[in-house]
Amino acid sequence: MGTVLTVKNINVYYGAIHAIKGISFDVNRGEIVTLIGANGAGKSTTLHTVSGLLRSKTGDIEFLEESIAHTPAHKIVSKGISHVPEGRRIFQGMTVEENLQMGAFVTKQDRIEHNLEYVYEQFPRLKERTKQIAGTLSGGEQQMLAMGRALMSDPELLMLDEPSMGLAPILVDQIFEIIKNLNKAGTTILLVEQNAQMALSVADRAYVIETGKISLTGTGEELAKSDEVRKAYLGG
Amino acid sequence: MADRILKSINTRGLKNAVRGSEYKKEALISYGILIGGYILLQLGAMTGLIGRNLQGQFVPICVYVSLAISLNLVVGISGELSLGHAGFMAVGAFTGAVVVRVLENGIGFAPLRLLIALLISAAMAALAGLIIGLPILGLRGDYLAIVTLAFGEIIKNFMNVIYFALDENGHLKFAFNHEIEGISNAGRVLTGPIGATGVTKIATFTYAAILTAFTLFVVLNIKNSKQGRAIMAIRDNRIAGESIGLNVKKYKLMAFVVSASLAGMAGCMFGQNFSTLAPAKFNFNTSVLILVFVVLGGIGNIWGGMIAAALLTILPEALRQFSDYRMLAYSIVLIGVMIATYNPTIKSRISAFWNKVNPFKNKDKDKGKKPKKTGKEAA
Ligand SMILES: Nc1ncnc2c1ncn2[C@@H]1O[C@H](COP(=O)(O)OP(=O)(O)OP(=O)(O)O)[C@@H](O)[C@H]1O
Ligand SMILES: [Mg+2]
Repeated sequence: MGTVLTVKNINVYYGAIHAIKGISFDVNRGEIVTLIGANGAGKSTTLHTVSGLLRSKTGDIEFLEESIAHTPAHKIVSKGISHVPEGRRIFQGMTVEENLQMGAFVTKQDRIEHNLEYVYEQFPRLKERTKQIAGTLSGGEQQMLAMGRALMSDPELLMLDEPSMGLAPILVDQIFEIIKNLNKAGTTILLVEQNAQMALSVADRAYVIETGKISLTGTGEELAKSDEVRKAYLGG
Repeated sequence: MADRILKSINTRGLKNAVRGSEYKKEALISYGILIGGYILLQLGAMTGLIGRNLQGQFVPICVYVSLAISLNLVVGISGELSLGHAGFMAVGAFTGAVVVRVLENGIGFAPLRLLIALLISAAMAALAGLIIGLPILGLRGDYLAIVTLAFGEIIKNFMNVIYFALDENGHLKFAFNHEIEGISNAGRVLTGPIGATGVTKIATFTYAAILTAFTLFVVLNIKNSKQGRAIMAIRDNRIAGESIGLNVKKYKLMAFVVSASLAGMAGCMFGQNFSTLAPAKFNFNTSVLILVFVVLGGIGNIWGGMIAAALLTILPEALRQFSDYRMLAYSIVLIGVMIATYNPTIKSRISAFWNKVNPFKNKDKDKGKKPKKTGKEAA
């Protein structure tokens, strides 16, 4: 199988605030791994650290057996990590097509066409709206666009930060269906979610983060059954 | 329909996919305004319809149009507020003044002297832009506005204590904060608060118009390049830009430094149009004036800024005869320009008219496009 991502004992600070207190985890090729936890636990901070936007004071981050702890953020994407940040960060003024094209900014020219077709295959809703201004898309479509754009760079590892946030249940189901499909098609996925139930149902393995530390870990199934997780995140 | 769209995407690469037709439209209008304006003013001068006073404004008009274009690269395209464009202009103006004087004995051919001065001015202004931009442009927030404002003031005050002169052997002498001894008036190049003196005025309307065209060419090409789209993407959403692997600092710096060097060239041309030029000319008001051109023309709208710059430079001169009503007319024009460049109805009219006469019209493409236009511009 092989490990795609190894995070070893990272400590991240926002000024004096100690947000991540020694987190370690790994993601194997072909897996869906999820990080769940309450608001402010440090999930987004962890993803930002992997994608180079924040730096850890200790430890190391390895991607495909190479340390990326000091790699500048703009080089992370071309190494094969795509980060879909929290809150649907799309280019509002551009069309759907232009957003996707931008996602291929660091991609080899001869792969763009293929990737675009793949994205449209995974997200038929986007294919119907190639010329629509992205800012006028519905919330769910914007989330799909952000995910599609991230796929344009041929990522080995796709990091999704709360893709289901603010979506109606039926759309949440759709998004998770797509996540499963992407994974089946060969993309390794690191998923951050508030919606623990959904996340655990698709995840191979999961880590629970509490105030900057990992408190529990196991397979998705194990954690879904665990009393602690049920009490804290699944409503009893 | 859908597969036709897909096909059209597939046949175009990343490079030209984004708004190719809009780029052509913008380029055509901008170059049209420049060439049309040039011909109009030349004709006016030849037929005597345009008086001496206004003819004296021809070079400044080109310079301010050029400054409006280059500032738009930072304010409109990169989305950063710069309040020190006059500072870069000053760097270019005084660099140019020294270079032209030094070359006067060696190079007799004035246009070549001007060209060399322009290039060195551009390099100096770019260097200034790099020094300012490097520590600032990686940060989030409006630090650039504060720092460029300070830069403009610093350059102005710095030039107040800079003395350059040519001695009788033609050697360049420099002094800081005091006059250079034993120099005839004719030998003075830069004299502190008096500024550049003894300039031979080698700038002409045609050279200035060529510089404006060059500025336009550079800015429009950047805007339509892959780098330009990265710059605009970061402006639209910085976090999304970072997430797709854009080097935010690099692209912001690129826009800022190019803009600074173009302003330096404009300043150099400006300086070669007056026999004397004091540092006080490049004060905060001048920076704000250039910003006003950009804002009035519609931020990011290149040709809007060009029109605003030209009108607002011509106007005070042209309105001289109406002395009492001058400021009234000036403000009416301000409002008029603003309405014409911002108002979505007028914009869509212009756009509809354009679609009728557009020589590049591609029937397939335009059909689905028209109604979306106004919403996008507002965003
Ligand atoms: N830019 C910042 N400056 C200071 N503190 C921050 C900043 N961003 C996050 N924090 C703090 O770091 C901690 C972790 O935040 P983070 O955004 O990683 O949480 P999260 O698990 O993603 O939460 P949520 O589920 O609400 O998105 C929080 O206490 C938060 O207040
Ligand atoms: Mg978060």
